[in-house]
Amino acid sequence: MKEKLVNPNYNVNIEGRNRSGSVWRWIFQLSTIIGIIALTALLLNISNSAFGYAALEAKIDPATLTVDGVVLEDQNKEQLIELLKSKISSGAYKKLEKDQPFAERSRANVHQLVLERIVKYEVDQSWSLWESLTRANEIKKEVAENYPAAKLEFISWFTSDFVSRPQSSEALTAGVRTAILGSLWTILFTILLAFPLGVGAAIYLEEYATDNWLNRTIRTNINNLAGVPSIVYGILGLAIFVRTLEPLTSGAIFGLVDPTTANGRTVLAAGLTLGLLVLPIIIINAQEAIRAVPQSLRKASYGLGATKWQTVWSHVLPNAMPGILTGTILAISRAIGETAPLVVVGASTAISFDPASPFSKFTTLPIQIYQWTSRPQDEFRSLAAAAILVLLIILLSLNASAIVLCNRFSRKY
Amino acid sequence: MEEQKAMSLVITLQKKSTSLRGRRRIGKTIIQGLLFFSGFVSIFTTIGIVYELGKEALLFFQMPEVSILESMTNTAWQPHTGNFGIWPLVTSTLMTTLIAMSIAIPLGLAVAIYLSEYATPRARNILKPILEVLAGVPTIVYGYFALMFMTPLLRSIFGKDVVEIYNTASAGLVMGILILPLITSMTEDALSAVPRSLREAAYGMGGTRLEVALQIVLPAALSGIAAAIIIGISRAIGETMIVAVAAGAGPKFTLNPFQGAETITGHIVRISGGDLSYDSIDYNSIFALGLLLFLITLTLNIVSQRIVRRFREVYE
Repeated sequence: MKEKLVNPNYNVNIEGRNRSGSVWRWIFQLSTIIGIIALTALLLNISNSAFGYAALEAKIDPATLTVDGVVLEDQNKEQLIELLKSKISSGAYKKLEKDQPFAERSRANVHQLVLERIVKYEVDQSWSLWESLTRANEIKKEVAENYPAAKLEFISWFTSDFVSRPQSSEALTAGVRTAILGSLWTILFTILLAFPLGVGAAIYLEEYATDNWLNRTIRTNINNLAGVPSIVYGILGLAIFVRTLEPLTSGAIFGLVDPTTANGRTVLAAGLTLGLLVLPIIIINAQEAIRAVPQSLRKASYGLGATKWQTVWSHVLPNAMPGILTGTILAISRAIGETAPLVVVGASTAISFDPASPFSKFTTLPIQIYQWTSRPQDEFRSLAAAAILVLLIILLSLNASAIVLCNRFSRKY
Repeated sequence: MEEQKAMSLVITLQKKSTSLRGRRRIGKTIIQGLLFFSGFVSIFTTIGIVYELGKEALLFFQMPEVSILESMTNTAWQPHTGNFGIWPLVTSTLMTTLIAMSIAIPLGLAVAIYLSEYATPRARNILKPILEVLAGVPTIVYGYFALMFMTPLLRSIFGKDVVEIYNTASAGLVMGILILPLITSMTEDALSAVPRSLREAAYGMGGTRLEVALQIVLPAALSGIAAAIIIGISRAIGETMIVAVAAGAGPKFTLNPFQGAETITGHIVRISGGDLSYDSIDYNSIFALGLLLFLITLTLNIVSQRIVRRFREVYE
């Protein structure tokens, strides 16, 4: 009897089985580590390009701008203004005065203007952060040989100036203000379209819809829409918002046609396109949030004589709101990062003025990154890396606020 | 006096209640109408996609230069010479998808098994948010990563004359990293839905951790895993910015992953990058390609939903 209970194969195998178990465990762990390495490599790669040495060559050597023996760096504001007056055309000077009177400008600002307008630095070559740290001496030698007139400077492409400067075709003076404002305008219309419609649809599906053929179709349809590639939404937006609804999206029916935009490729069209794109995400999240509100709350409200809408409006919605908002923030961060549909809808390639109305031409942060990445010069790749840092910081803070919202306001029943 | 007061109170109460019962609520109809409309917008969107894409695609196929049969057999897509063979775009799409999935499926499954069966709760709480960050990074950033990291890496491994600057391999590999968290999270959901009692029973029979994971839990979650893989494929086919940045411009009929080739999505982005004039052949062609993309991904999504519904093992 005793011999029957012990399976002879059992003890023979156990070591081998355990060994293959630990090998596979190691493989599973390794895969997880590879995933983390990928994320680290991504972040390092971006920071690597966003900072580093650059060889700058000036059109006019700053040494020739010495006034009364005072070098450019040490001149005071008045001297700098005089310099500016004498070196640039009076028309350009007047335009600067009109933008902001020189009396109100700081010395740093005027100094910046002198550098931009007169000295006009250009990038001969740029190096990544890693190269700059490890081969600093070689780089210095290279620059001395290849670009004798250039000065080597360690540049952080990601600065507060970078965030506040408008777009420019010069790498050194380019910034992302135009793109950030474009993103904000676009997202505004995305929210205006998708939030009410999404929450409305979720209320309908969870509170009002009966289980019939039509409502089942709507439910399946929403799930399918969530899986449609974003570029297809771009094509839809091009056909409907840009072409068919051009009078609306170009502002023609309001008599507000922006002279710089002759067609419907505007902030409004882009925002509406992204609105359709994130609508399924908002609906699905809002449905979940509404479903999580306990039935007892609704019953209590009905018991006190409230109508269906009163119950939904005063009890279900307030309780579901943290979940709905969290879902909306996630949808917004998806919309902010979207590039492909906006390229198709017709983002502008180079605009240096800020969008001022729903009917302005637009560019957004991801579009800007795409354009800078597509250019072969290293300095524009560095700009793209800096813009990616801006984008990631925006997305990270949005996601962090979603988590805070979720933790602080969600109630457990 | 007292009685009268009481009576009048009763009467007013009655009046109130009858007025409550009898009041017609126009507001109610309006609200319900609006809510129904919001629900119906999603249907409009689908109809809009099918109608607009179908209409323009039809115009495309009616053009004298284009025929459906020709586009199925021709291996060149050159709108300017009247060649509209779909194959160069389809093969490069399939190639990037294949490369992406060959990274994402094994890694994704391994990570999911590790998270669900091996990791301590503490490790899981650290690792899951990291994967979510990976999933939340915009695709254009992955495109930059493919061009600035993966391509130089491949070129230094295989040689600069073998690997072109723009190639489908680096786009596909990075796309695999992008899809990895999607497959991981869907698979992990499926694995953790398998009831604990199954695992305990298997352990009770003397199974090792690996045997329980691979022979008991994995088969029980198979429908969810299959759905995750199909959704991943659909995502890879529709993925745009990585291929637009890193896979190269210009449709090319090649099966060499180290050469540049344009995918369906990459082609749409490049063609519509400039100011596209309406009713030109390029304009209509992006609708035909968009329709193809829509139909492929829709089919895959529906198949994945069917699999989940039909083959799901239901436990109490």
